[in-house]
Amino acid sequence: MSLSSIDATLLLASLIVAATPILLAALGELVVERAGVLNLGVEGMMITGAICGFAIAVQTGSPLVGFVAAAAGGAALALLFALLTQVALANQVASGLALTLFGLGLSALLGQGYVGIKPPPTARLDLGPLSDLPFVGRVLFSHDPVVYVALALVGAVWAFLKYSRAGLILRAVGENHDAAHALGYKVVRVRILAILFGGACAGLGGAYISLVRVPQWTEGMTSGAGWIALALVVFASWKAGRVLLGAWLFGGVTVLQLNLQAAGAAIPVEYLSMSPYLITIVVLVIMSFDKSRAPGSLGRIFHASQ
Amino acid sequence: MSTTLLSISGLTKAYPGVKANDDVSFEVAAGEVHALLGENGAGKSTLVKMIYGLVKPDSGTMTLRGAPFAPSEPRAARAAGVAMVFQHFSLFDAMSVAENIALGMERPPRLRDLATRIRDVSEQYGLPLDPGRRVGDLSAGERQRVEIIRCLLQDPKLLIMDEPTSVLTPQEVEILFATLRKLTAEGVSILYISHKLEEIRALCDRATILRQGRKVASCAPATTTARVMAERMVGGAFQTPTRATRATGDIALDIRDLSLPPASAFGTALKNVSLAVRQGEILGIGGVAGNGQDELLAALSGERRSPDDALRLFGTPIGRLGPEARRKRGLLCAPEERLGHAASPDMSLTENAFLTAKDRERLTTRGFIGWRAARGFAEKIISSFDVRTPGPDTAARALSGGNLQKFVIGREMLQRPEVFVVNQPTWGVDAAAAAAIRQALLDLTAKGAAVICISQDLDELMEISDRFAALNEGRLSDIRPAQALSVEEIGLMMGGAQDMEVAHAPA
Repeated sequence: MSLSSIDATLLLASLIVAATPILLAALGELVVERAGVLNLGVEGMMITGAICGFAIAVQTGSPLVGFVAAAAGGAALALLFALLTQVALANQVASGLALTLFGLGLSALLGQGYVGIKPPPTARLDLGPLSDLPFVGRVLFSHDPVVYVALALVGAVWAFLKYSRAGLILRAVGENHDAAHALGYKVVRVRILAILFGGACAGLGGAYISLVRVPQWTEGMTSGAGWIALALVVFASWKAGRVLLGAWLFGGVTVLQLNLQAAGAAIPVEYLSMSPYLITIVVLVIMSFDKSRAPGSLGRIFHASQ
Repeated sequence: MSTTLLSISGLTKAYPGVKANDDVSFEVAAGEVHALLGENGAGKSTLVKMIYGLVKPDSGTMTLRGAPFAPSEPRAARAAGVAMVFQHFSLFDAMSVAENIALGMERPPRLRDLATRIRDVSEQYGLPLDPGRRVGDLSAGERQRVEIIRCLLQDPKLLIMDEPTSVLTPQEVEILFATLRKLTAEGVSILYISHKLEEIRALCDRATILRQGRKVASCAPATTTARVMAERMVGGAFQTPTRATRATGDIALDIRDLSLPPASAFGTALKNVSLAVRQGEILGIGGVAGNGQDELLAALSGERRSPDDALRLFGTPIGRLGPEARRKRGLLCAPEERLGHAASPDMSLTENAFLTAKDRERLTTRGFIGWRAARGFAEKIISSFDVRTPGPDTAARALSGGNLQKFVIGREMLQRPEVFVVNQPTWGVDAAAAAAIRQALLDLTAKGAAVICISQDLDELMEISDRFAALNEGRLSDIRPAQALSVEEIGLMMGGAQDMEVAHAPA
């Protein structure tokens, strides 16, 4: 085994790329859960976004239109979840699991004609002299725009929840929906909007896999990224900054173990493949030993009885 | 002074199967404290919810300061100058005081400016409060201050208060009343709901009494006796609990040096709690909520185990026994939280009766449930404790709070306990039913049982207990004969004295 064959620059650059899909999905789910809704359908919304984005990008030849379509596709599936849980008051866990199964099936159906096709390439952002910097330029300043959108979204979600009035109301709804209702806030409306946002983010994350990371379409290609995003939200204690940290950690170990496999490390492949999941969860579990806890109304059905 | 602020005429609201309010009319004058009285389910809550815009009336009109008033939502009511302090505090535990207050305002200033205003108002009205603290860490009294200040920051003309004193120490009640008097002097009107008639006599200028959704009387509380008001509420003669003189017997339950770490991050540790209760006596344990009441009950019921010698029932160590084993030996408990702790919400009353009574009432045969016997026991509880419900097949969740309370207390009492531990026996129960529960507790001791009554209602503890002690941060005060205690002494025992200078500046 030769560790020297692993290039640190490339490793860090691909870490950021590998982390982006789960970062996007986890950010969306974070907002959903802070509003008090547990949507276990992240995987289903991601894979739906992946095929919607892929198909539209191939049809129009524009990755940008593809990403917009992916967000719309994810949000459309989320709307179904919102109708079930917020209007019909169905159980959130069962609805979320059903959404995942439905999304996997639907995407396989939609993707019938798209197996083996190459999507139009997503251009890397050229930041001129910044991109030409040695090391830093390759690691930080020569990615595609979606990477920067995801990073900006971390800051935006954090600031929204911490400083904005709307963010305060969203947290209030998630913390104690009865009290929020008594103060006159529209619990159901806030939650539906949050669910739609979560769906759009998951869709974007899915399309990033099919349009940039892989890039091609295969059935079930998200391979559990949605579940990792869900776990990330919990172990990140519902904090945007820690979601970023967890996503990078997961992306980093994923890329590292692939490199180790390629370098012929003397560790069985199975152990290497499970390592990203294991390490991310262990680290986040250790970090979540502080006072923070789940939003008070998480997963509870709200019914305005008075 | 006598200008009318709010006038209500002919308000009616019907829910399927019940008329919550039927043609209710009354007026609230500017700068008065107006009491709203009635039993559980008399329609007080529905009425104030209509004024606050949470519920729309079926018919009838309201006028606020001469203009028609029909708020479609709380926001509209707040804009018109109506504010409300809820019975179950509508606060968000994980957020700071300032954030909680901002949520209750239409156009909150920036958090920093808001913090300054909170400090100003809290000083002005003698309600000390730190805007940066997390609400989940505050005491019940402080939490109520958050609600009140949230209302005051919006310059209300009418302040609605639903059972504001049920969770406060006597000193905190004094502070609250001083604040309310200051507000009325500034012309604010207060609509005040309470079950505590003596408080209403001390504070309120006028009272409107509701019974089964209808207004049945109005009176001036200062010149009406509590008994007359109670009789008008229930529409009949009112029984005050009577205490039979009785001899106390052997020590039934003996706790020595019981210390337990907190069960959760927000729990309280029990520290060196020692007490002994004899057959035929009631030991009252007071204290502000969150000072170890739930933990003490859990230690006594067996939900949490303790060292074997720390608890002795008639001399036998029981510290390591679980709830079932303790129940078999005659130690029965009724916790405070009715839904989810004392009763399983979605199970029927028969099933709930079976769950704690199966051994003592022999409701099983060879491991199979004796449904007929269980149903018979549930019916016995329903009839002897006047539980108002369609029948024993009703789900526990469907009962009103007061009725379910009667059911869970009755369920334990009818199992002939040797030692009975009860937490908040009459919380949320109307005056007549509360008197009946207290009478049942007294009757139980007359038959030779020992009773430990944990409660935040001091009037109740003084009425029924023989000896009194208070919990403060997990420590139990000295146990003293109840009859010789003054309110000030009790307040000091409850340990709330340190931060109460505001109300008790030496005269």
